[in-house]
Parts: sequence; structure tokens; C-alpha cells
Amino acid sequence: MDLSTTYMGLTLRSPLVPSASPLSREIGDIKRMEDAGAGAVVLYSLFEEEVLYEQRELQQALTAGSESFAESLTYFPEPHQLFIGPETYLDHIQKATDAVEIPIIASLNCSSLGSWTDYARKMEQAGADAIELNVYWIPTDADLPSDAVEQTYVDIVKAVASGVEIPVAVKLSPYFTNVANMAKRLSQAGADALVLFNRFYQPDIDLESLEVRPNVLLSTAQAMRLPMRWVAILYKTVEADLAATSGIHTAEDALKMLMAGANVTMMASALLHNGVGHLKTVEQNMVQWMEQHEYESIEELRGSMSQMNCDNPSAFERAQYMRALKTYKV
Amino acid sequence: MSPKVFSTIDGNEAAASVAYRVNEVCAIYPITPSSPMGEWADEWSAAGMKNIWGSVPTVVEMQSEGGASGAVHGSLQAGALTTTFTASQGLLLMIPNMFKIAGELTPTVFHVSARTVATHALSIFGDHSDVMAVRSTGFGLIASGSIQEVTDLALIAHAASLKARVPFVHFFDGFRTSHEVQKAEMLSDDVLRAMIDDQLVAEHRARALSPDRPVLRGTAQNPDVFFQARETVSPFYAAAPALVQQAMDQFAGLVGRQYQLFEYHGAPDAERIVVLMGSGCEAAHEAVDFLNGQGAKVGLIKVRLYRPFSVKHFMESLPASVKSIAMLDRTKEPGATGDPLHVDCVAALEEGLRSGWGALKSMPVVVGGRYGLSSKEFTPAMVKGVFDNLSQATPKNHFVIGIVDDVSNSSLPYDPDFSSEGPEVIRALFYGLGSDGTVGANKNSIKIIGENTDNYAQGYFVYDSKKAGSVTVSHLRFGPKPIHSTYLITKANFVACHQWVFLEKYDMLKNIVAGGAFLLNSPYAPEEVWDHLPEETQRQILDKKVKVYTIDAVKVAQASGMGRLINTTMQACFFALSQVLPREEALDQIKIAIKKTYGRKGDQIVQMNIDAVNAAISNMSEVKIGSAANSGLHMIPPVSSGAPEYVKNVLGRIIKGEGDDLPVSAFASDGTFPTATAQYEKRNLALDIPVWDPEVCIQCGKCAIACPHATIRMKVYDPALLAQAPATFKSADAKVPQWKGRKFTIQVAPEDCTGCEVCVIVCPAKNKRQTVLKAINMAPQPPLREAEAKNWAFFLSLPDVDRREIDPTKVREQQMQRPLFEFSGACAGCGETPYVKAISQLFGDRAIIANATGCSSIYGGNLPTTPWAKDANGRGPAWSNSLFEDNAEFGLGFRLAIDKQREQASALLQKLAPQVGEALANDLLAAVQKTEADIYDQRERVAALKDKLKTISGDDAKHLLSLADMLVKKSVWIVGGDGWAYDIGYGGLDHVLASGRNVNLLVLDTEVYSNTGGQMSKATPRGAVAKFAAGGKPAGKKDLGMMAMSYGNVYVASVAMGARDDQTLKAMIEAEQYDGPSIIIAYSHCIAHGIDMTRGMEGQKLAVDSGQWIMYRYNPELRAQGKNPLQLDSKKAKKPVIEYLNNENRFRMLTKTNPQAAKDLFAAAQTDADARWEFYSFLAARGAAAPAEAKEE
Repeated sequence: MDLSTTYMGLTLRSPLVPSASPLSREIGDIKRMEDAGAGAVVLYSLFEEEVLYEQRELQQALTAGSESFAESLTYFPEPHQLFIGPETYLDHIQKATDAVEIPIIASLNCSSLGSWTDYARKMEQAGADAIELNVYWIPTDADLPSDAVEQTYVDIVKAVASGVEIPVAVKLSPYFTNVANMAKRLSQAGADALVLFNRFYQPDIDLESLEVRPNVLLSTAQAMRLPMRWVAILYKTVEADLAATSGIHTAEDALKMLMAGANVTMMASALLHNGVGHLKTVEQNMVQWMEQHEYESIEELRGSMSQMNCDNPSAFERAQYMRALKTYKV
Repeated sequence: MSPKVFSTIDGNEAAASVAYRVNEVCAIYPITPSSPMGEWADEWSAAGMKNIWGSVPTVVEMQSEGGASGAVHGSLQAGALTTTFTASQGLLLMIPNMFKIAGELTPTVFHVSARTVATHALSIFGDHSDVMAVRSTGFGLIASGSIQEVTDLALIAHAASLKARVPFVHFFDGFRTSHEVQKAEMLSDDVLRAMIDDQLVAEHRARALSPDRPVLRGTAQNPDVFFQARETVSPFYAAAPALVQQAMDQFAGLVGRQYQLFEYHGAPDAERIVVLMGSGCEAAHEAVDFLNGQGAKVGLIKVRLYRPFSVKHFMESLPASVKSIAMLDRTKEPGATGDPLHVDCVAALEEGLRSGWGALKSMPVVVGGRYGLSSKEFTPAMVKGVFDNLSQATPKNHFVIGIVDDVSNSSLPYDPDFSSEGPEVIRALFYGLGSDGTVGANKNSIKIIGENTDNYAQGYFVYDSKKAGSVTVSHLRFGPKPIHSTYLITKANFVACHQWVFLEKYDMLKNIVAGGAFLLNSPYAPEEVWDHLPEETQRQILDKKVKVYTIDAVKVAQASGMGRLINTTMQACFFALSQVLPREEALDQIKIAIKKTYGRKGDQIVQMNIDAVNAAISNMSEVKIGSAANSGLHMIPPVSSGAPEYVKNVLGRIIKGEGDDLPVSAFASDGTFPTATAQYEKRNLALDIPVWDPEVCIQCGKCAIACPHATIRMKVYDPALLAQAPATFKSADAKVPQWKGRKFTIQVAPEDCTGCEVCVIVCPAKNKRQTVLKAINMAPQPPLREAEAKNWAFFLSLPDVDRREIDPTKVREQQMQRPLFEFSGACAGCGETPYVKAISQLFGDRAIIANATGCSSIYGGNLPTTPWAKDANGRGPAWSNSLFEDNAEFGLGFRLAIDKQREQASALLQKLAPQVGEALANDLLAAVQKTEADIYDQRERVAALKDKLKTISGDDAKHLLSLADMLVKKSVWIVGGDGWAYDIGYGGLDHVLASGRNVNLLVLDTEVYSNTGGQMSKATPRGAVAKFAAGGKPAGKKDLGMMAMSYGNVYVASVAMGARDDQTLKAMIEAEQYDGPSIIIAYSHCIAHGIDMTRGMEGQKLAVDSGQWIMYRYNPELRAQGKNPLQLDSKKAKKPVIEYLNNENRFRMLTKTNPQAAKDLFAAAQTDADARWEFYSFLAARGAAAPAEAKEE
């Protein structure tokens, strides 16, 4: 069975790609991903804001109370070397690319335009095969117009794409007025792939402590409907490749995404829940299904159920809303 | 030889930089002010820096200076070149080994930042009382007076020691030299190699103990031979001075700086000279030059080699013209014929003249005097005072200079306005807060000027006696010639006030010269500044024609992302105004310095600082000076108006910075001070203070118990009392059932609160309509100050709740007990003081406290004011600090005395029972004093007894009257930190626990030496980064509790107030009630943990929730009842240890410095926690243990 696919110009042996998650923090786990059949690995995200916060926090904590009292002018030994910039991440890229044959896609989130390019270049130099721009941004300023938000996305992609040689993917929010238009603009801005979509963690309220708490929920299978629709719609309408992410837990889920038109299908929650070995199961089940249904390659089925190629293109559009409701059984 | 390299360093770094490179082993123990020497050595060793033989020296932290000197002795005996760094009590603890090391003619140098030895009081500052105490050990004594001399003489000492086989103490004045920053020439490895003779090193090794050529040392000798054998060393001592001079000459040949054993400086035909050693020589040098420039004929002798004392060299240093000499000692030897240098010089003159050595032909007039104890200022004005004394027909002998001694009338007069400083020197004073980075920026300024210009630079920094809101004063000098001014600046060209609030507290302009510049960080616009200045400041500005400049540095800093760190902004303004460098060059140099200082901390940190510099100058303006001092504003008095006279006249003057002017008669002659004086020192530190919302409050008491400074308190009282309450005084109906019908108030002391916010964080009650609010919320202090101060005064006037009504095991009731430990100088958010305060509340009226040296002795006993307080009856804790190492024994001594006196009182009472009354006597003798009611009743009985005794004649009645108070229970508390309990005092602590006596030990376990700046102790947990554990502590924490439990008859508790405050109270009460030794190990969060101090209590909870800290109580009384004595008060960990570790930067730092080590050590920390839980839960789950055997007595 030919499971190979192409993604941003890279040839992958399988469309199954672990998406950015804590699982890629250990080189051993990345190796296990490769062994389990991953086509590529997206590393956990480097958040510039986190790097800067850590720098400030460490500086504050290590100097608090210093030069105040004659007996204790400092409280900590002066470190000779501090890994508080992106070095640890860059080192991780290098180690990961050394450890495995499959492409390593670095994931980046920055807080200023200059930083996006700067960090991306550093990632390229560290040996990343591609970069995924994790534009994890929830605009909350009521005075910030939508077009400014959209333009920021475009600017980031433009800046990075023109600043590095390696392919660049952008992971975008589903909350655009017109996702199709955004996809087109981002593709035109130089994105080699669109990753659909970023899943923003939603906070929870603790009734006992009356506190708002970040409470990470793993994705459920239902979550795949949103990206699947947009993959199907965008397939062949934008130049950029498409990566589907959110809610892909089983071989069936992956097959659906591929049929909708995804170049790759990304998984995190399923691997966090079942372990890295789950990739192997998904691949085996995929192969089994494809054999049963006499498919010979991923290439054969990819996009076959996209809006462009399916028998009911309007099913992916809003007109289906009423029908969907009518068929819902209480 | 390599080109000359200059660096701006302090004395500690100067000594360490040489010692480290010419030794193979350093065994040390932290003690102020020498700790940085060991820390430098440790940092260099951790960084792999090599000595001159290409090897990285081994640096070992020991459990005490006694231990360090033992390790040094052993290492020397085994052939390694070995050194140590110490001071004061530390040096005293080394004395036994120093006798051994010298007795065995072993070359080594101990570098000592000379510090006052504790007598009537501890002092961390400098004098020669420590080094004078080791005169008889056989160690040579070499003194340095400046940073350059420290560098040079450190090397000369090492070289000479190898040659002479006499060990040396190389000393320099604590703080004045150890912490002064000066430009000095660094010595290259080449110079070091040239000075240290490898042949001598080989000989040292050849003399070492080795099984390949076995010998025996350390024999026991008898009267027949000891004396003769002891005299064998004499030739070595006779030869040593010449060998030291030889080393000095060799050094001069290499470097160009010539030193003499006794170095004369002054007029060749001087008639009056002074002799002294240490940093005082520098001030004297400056004074001598100035006076000779005015036509005087004076001189000084700088004593470089004090032991072995070479009479011949001393005589040869004296000009023939000398008619009178003043020997100046920086130490006091009570009862001696004179202080040591004085006596030595007199003896030397007698012998020298008799032997015909030197040019002097007849005995001059010789007097001795004392100066500069505990870093007391020693200025050219005082030197002139000494010379003036020598001009008298009968100069005063045994004088003191620099203080007013109105008791023995020994002081010499001097003119404090006399100045010998040249006009070419730029002198700048900076008043800042510890937290605003002023000192750090000034250290950078010195480096910038010292290392990038031909100018010489000097910096000296004066710190606060308090740890919260501490004020720093930086004294900076810059000039084209070497700076000898080893004294504070009193004639400043430039004064900077970095915090507006200082204007109402400190007279910053008293030291500015006419026409000087005054830079103010002001929240006001330039045109508004004048009208907001106190009239006292306005007057000085007008009188001295001071130019005033202003900048809103906080605004600039905040815009640059620097928060409240205004240092770089103010630094840029200083350079712009002082013109010590061309402005642009100065700004460029500041930026280079910023990159150097913060480069490793990340680009953002660098950029923020640079932004602050860039914005500084354009935001600075000159202030238009008004025509008169008429703002209507005034400086506030140092203590509140209701303070007792003593507090106003003595302590108040210390607070005001006038302590130097107090005469000898102001002080008790035995070191005694009144307690309960911190209440008068209104520091007004808090920008925001807590405000109580009675509607939301559930009256749980958590805010009050957690408050580190006892500034938030609660009371219940009769509603009728509210009739007199100020208008804004708040109250609510009391919720505790037995107090229904009474009113309840939580009140904040607005002028004592540090604004740490701990109370708000621990408050569990949230406002239901707006959950961001709690029952206590922070609000700006200034608008609340006046009204809340009145409310606080009213609150204090309300009667304390009768202690008999209170169940002390319940926080909400216990917190009604009046704190007898209040407003201490501890850090804002301190984790130790809530425990100390709880002890004061629970047992303060009957407590006698032995406090180990450390944070708790500093915030508890550092002048000017005393946080230990008294209740409405005038009772309260009696407190004393003996030493660091002996605290358990010191406290046991209290117990022995109390028990003995109680025993005597009981015997006398039995004897006098017929006269006193059998019933009263029996009740007194049989009283069980466990509860507050029991103790109240016993106090009543004792009062009755005393009344009765006054009517009974005879010695027995008199004796019993003086002992009767001992019939009331006394609670002995032995308090200290983990450095004491786990390390230096462990032997004594262990012995005291084994004594079976009724003492209570409270270990404030911050898991690090907090007071001396975060050195590792045996309480430091695995993986924590601390000084001497830069790579994360590899070993686990010692289980002190388990060791104590092994005795079986010791009450042991492990507590963490932030996790369960009621468990802390139970443990304290049980410990105190237990009639035997008790130890409570209290988890105390600390600024040395790299945590957000407002959330320290949450960190404690996390420690317990993750299993990093286990809470338990081991009560031997339960064992006696057939129960398992061990009760676990923690539950099995519900979180992984990593969650706790990641919450504290002492651990997280390791993930940034050595990620792999962090991974390994953090995993091991989890294993530790799991094993600990398994073991403790196994012990706690055992069935009832066999009944205890009879308790030891």
C-alpha cells in the first residue's frame, strides 16, 4: 500500500503526522513516533511570549532582595550559562533532525513581526525541515477591526515566507468572517500549507474556589467536522497544501480528512490519550480499510470527497443547516 | 610580563582572585563579611577556572568554621595547598586548628575580612577584635588597607608562608575594604607563578603524610619534653619577617609596587606620627599629605606585618625626628595595659632603643588610642584630632577618637568639618531602595569609569538594618589620583534621591556642598516639584544654592518595561549631570555595561534597560527654585510623638541617622535594651495596604495568622466601646459562638504594614458579587494613612480578649491573642515570622527565648528598635542571642537556671508553708500549669504569696520573694534557622534533645542560609540551586525530624503553616505542654527561594500537596498511652513533586543552567518524596507501640 503523500513540497511516507504537543518534548518520543510510522513530526510550539516572560520572571526572582541588606547582597550563585532564550528549542530541533529521518516541522508563536522572522530564521538554521506558524491569537480589543486582524496574519506569513528558504505552514483560527478568503490570501502571501485549525483552549470556572482556570480538554471526534468541512471546501481552490487537525482519532477519521482533500492528517489528543504507538494502529487500520476497499494509494483517495469532487457539493455549505436540523432526532 | 590590567573590584574578590589561583583546596563556611570570598571561589570552581598549575581547585562548604579549619588542617597535612576565608566568630572557631597548623609549621594563608567579635552585641561590621584574638596561635598577621593592597599582600602572604613555613592570616577591614569597590591592578597568572616557588610547593608536598613514607604527627607529649619541642619553631619565627620583606621586594621587582613590613609615609623630619594598620592607614595617609601640605611635620607608619613583630624593622621605619607617637588600635582589650598594637609598640621601642636599632635615639612620648570599632567612621578629621593631641604638653593616653565618651571621658576632640579631600574628586551620594536597583547601577558606574577612563573610582555602600523596604546609600568618588578616602562622603558635589518619600525621612542635603547638584526622582511635574519639597529641604537648597534636577523615573522605567527598577534611568541622569564623562560617551558606556551585566539574562532584559537609558535625559528637567522655604510641608519625626523619652532621645536618633552622635552614656553598660519599641518606628513602607470588608469576612483569622509583621489583627469586644470609635472604624457582629453579642474588628496598622499582600492571598472569603474582591483588598496607603492610624490607635485601646476564653487550637480564636512580636525588620512576606509571632501569642507572656544568629536574630534584635513586645500587664518574651553555633546549649542553660530556681523556690515554700499558709503553699506546689486558666490561677497564687512573704521576716522569705516568680511556668524556646539546626549547631541541638529537659526548639527551615545570602545547608533539598550548589544540590535533605524521633522521648513536629495553620498551632501547644524536649521543624518560605513572596503560603501548600514536605506530630505521651506516637497530618501526595519544583526558581533555575541535571535531580526528588511517604506512612500505620519506658530525667 502506498501511503506516501506530499506536504509543502516534502515527500512523506505517510499522511499521519503528530501535531504540536508536549509529546515532542522528548527526543525518545520523536523517535518512537517515527518508528510508529509518522510521516513527519510537528514539534511543540515555541512561544516567544513565554520565553520573554521566563526571562523577566527569572531575572526578577533571582535579583529580588539583592543589594538591600549587607549580609545578603545576593541570594543565588551567578549562573555561567543560562538557557533562557530560544536556544533550548533550537537545540531540540537539531537533536530531533539528527535522531530521525522523517521531516521535523518546527512550530512558532511570536508577539511581534520582527520576532516571527528572526525566530523562524533561527529555526531554519537549526535544521528544521519546515516551519508551522502557530498564530495563536485571540483578539479581544473591541476597537480592533477585523481587517486589521486579518492583515496581521497576512503580514506574518509574508514576512516569514520571504525570510526563510524552507517551507512555511500557517495554523489559523477558524474564527474568520470568510475563512475561504483568508485561506486564499494566506496562500498568496506565501504559505506553503494551511493547517486547519488552531484549537484554542477554553478556560473553565471552578465553582468551589470561584476561580477561572485553564483546563485543557483533549479534542473529541466531533471536533473534526469543522476542519473537514473547510478542507473539503478549500481543496484545490487554494494553492497551499492542507493539513487537517482536531478530532482525528482513528483511521476512519484520517481517511475522511484525506478524502476531503488533506495532504496530511494531524493528531495530538489521540496520541496523548493512547500513546505514540496509536499511530501504528491507525496506520494498520487505514491500510486494512484501503485494502478492503481496493484503494492502492493515498494519492488515489485524496480529495475524492472534497466539495469539488463529491456528489453533493452543497452539503458542505450553509444551505444544509436546515436539513441537518430536520433530520436530527430528539 | 603581560600588560597591566585594571579592574574595579571589592576587597573580597581581590583576595579570592589570588587565593583561588595559588591553592588546590578551599574549605569554607559562610560568615559576613567574608562569605563572598568563598562564593567567588565556588563560582570559579563551578565554571572550571584553573589555578596556576592548570587544575581546578576543590571548594568545599563545611558545617562550621571549626569544620572548615579541620578540613584545611587535614588537607594541608595531606600535602595540598589549602586556604580558607572567614571573619569574626568564624576565625575564633578556627583557633584550635590554627594552633595546630602553626605548631606543625604548615604554610597556608587564611584570608580574613576582619570583623567585630560579638560582645555586648553582635556586629557584622569591621574592626580588628577577631584578628587580635588569634595573636597567640602562631599565625603571622599581615594587614591590607586598600583593595590594591589586598590583591598584592594576598600574594605576598602566600609566597612568604611557603618560604617561612609560618602560616599567615591576611586580613583587611570588613565592609570598609571587603565591600568597597575600587579600581585596582589585577595580578596576572605570570606574576603569581613568579612569586610562588614550585620548589617550595614540592617541599610542602614532601612533608605531607603519606603511607609511602610514613611518619606520625600530633603526638601527646609530657612535661619532660613538650617545652623543648615547642621551642623548636622559634628560628622560623625569627626568620619570617625578613622572608616576608624578601617576598615584598620580589613583588616590587615584578609589579613595581614596593611594600615594607612597617611602611613610613610622611615628612622625613616628622615630629608627630601615628602607627596603625588596615584601612585606617588610607584615611591617615590622606590626612598626613594634607597636613604636611599645610606645613605640618607629621607622618604615619602602616603596619603590614604585625606578627611575627619585627622590632628591628619597626625601629628602622621611624624617622629620627620623631618626638611623639600615637598607636591606634581598632580593637578593645578591656583591662589590658593598653590595646595590642599600643602595647607591642611600646615594648618594641624599649627594646629597639636599648638595642640601638634605627635612627631614633631617645624614647618619644607614646600614647595609645582606640578608633573605628564596628566600622565606626575614621576620617582625616579624626587623624588630625590625634595629631593635635600629640601636640599637647601632656597628650591624652588611652583615648578614643570618633565618639563622645562622656562616661570615662577618654574621647579626643576633633573638628568634624576638617576635610582633606581635593577639589578634583567628584563625590556623589545616592539614596535608593534596595529594590530599585540603585546599588547595582552604581557598581556599574564605577566599573564604567574605572575601566574605561584614566580616572580612579571608589564605591562604598551603606545598607539598612531592616530587610523590608531597606534604604541604601551609595558613596561614589571619581578622580584623577588614587583615592585614599576610606570614609563616607560628607562633602558631596552630587546627591540623588531615588525615592520621593525619602524627602520626609532623611536629611539628604546635609552633606551637599554649596552649588552642588540634587537629582530627584519625582512623581511631580518640574514646575510642581518646589512646592512639594519639605521646608527643611527648601531651606538647604536656598542656603547652599543647590541646583535641583528632576525626572519621573518611575514613569520612564515603566514605559521601558522595567517596572519599579529606576536604576538605569537615574544612572544616565547622573552621568549627564556630573559630566565625569562626555555625555554621549557615558551613555554608550552605560549600554555596554548593561549588555555585559544582563547579556546572559536575555535580549529583552538588555533592551528594557537600554530603552530606559535612551529615555532618561530627555525626561530630566531643572527645577525652578522658589524664593523662600514656604511649602508648609515638614519632615516627619523618626518616632511617633507618644514614644517614651528613651525611644525619642536614643532610638529615634539612631533611626534619624544620628547614632554616631550619641555619647557613651546613652547606652546600658551590659548590652540591655528595652523591648516593645518597634511600635514607635512608623516606617510607612507600604504603597498599598489591606482594607477590610466586614460584609464579606468570615472571621477565620487566616489573614492575621499569616501576617509576617503582625500588622493585621483581630479583636472581639463589648459593643458599648464603639461609642468612642473614630468615624471610619469598622466592626461586625462576632461570629464565634461564645462571643455572640460582641463586636468583631479586623484592623490594619497602616504605618507598620509592609504591603506584602500575604493576607489578601490567604483570605478564603470572596465577594459573591465581584469575585475579584475578597474580605481584604489592597488599596493605596497615602489617602488611608491618617484615618487608619486613628483607627489603629483606637483598636489598640480596646481591651485584649481574656486569654482564658480562647481555644488556642482554633485559628479564629487564637488570633485574638495579642502578638508579642510585631513590626520586625523581616522581608515583606517573610515565611519565618508568622511562626515566631504565633509563639509570641501562645506563650509570649511566659517565654524566654534563645535565638541563634541568623535572620531571626537580625529581624528580632537588630537596632534601632525591638519587635519583641509586652502585653497589657507588662509581660512578654525575654530574648537573647548568644552565638550561631551554641544556641541549643544557650537555651538549655535557661532551662537549667529556671529549674534550679524553681527547685529552690519549692524547697523554700515547703519550709515556709506554715507561715505562708499550708493551703496556698500546697496549691502552689501542686499546680498543673497546662492551660491558660491554670497559669492565670498560679500567677494569682504567686501574687498572694509575694504579698504574704513581705510580711514574713527572715532570709528564707527574702530568698523566696526573689524566686517566687519561678513558680509560674516558664516556657523556654530555642529558635533558629536550618543553618544552625542542621549544620553548625547540630551537635549541641542533638545533645539538648538527648538531655530530656523541657525545652522547645523551633527550627525555621528555609532550607538555605538565608541571612548570609543563600548558601546550601544540609536542609537544602535535592535539586535546589544555592550558593555552593550551583549545579543543583546533589544530595537529599537531612531528615532532622526522624533523627530526633529516634530518641523516643522527644516531641517532634513537622509543620507548614500555609498548608494547615491549625496543625501548626496544635504542634506548638503540644510541644510546649510536653514535659521534655520538643522540636518543631517549620517549613519557611524565603526570598532565597526565588518565589513570589506574596504567594509563599500557597507554595507551602504545594510543598505538602506534592509530598515534598510531610506534616506530622510525634508525641511521646501517646506512646505512654499505648498509642502510636506518630500522627501523619499530611495526606498522600495529590500532585507530582515537579509541580512544586517548577513553582520555585531555586529549582527552575537548574532547568535553565543545566537541563539534564535538572531532569535527573527532579526525578530523584520524586523518588525521595515517594520513599519518604512510604516510610512515614508505614511508621504511622503501625499498631499501638509498647508503653514507653520511664521518661529520662
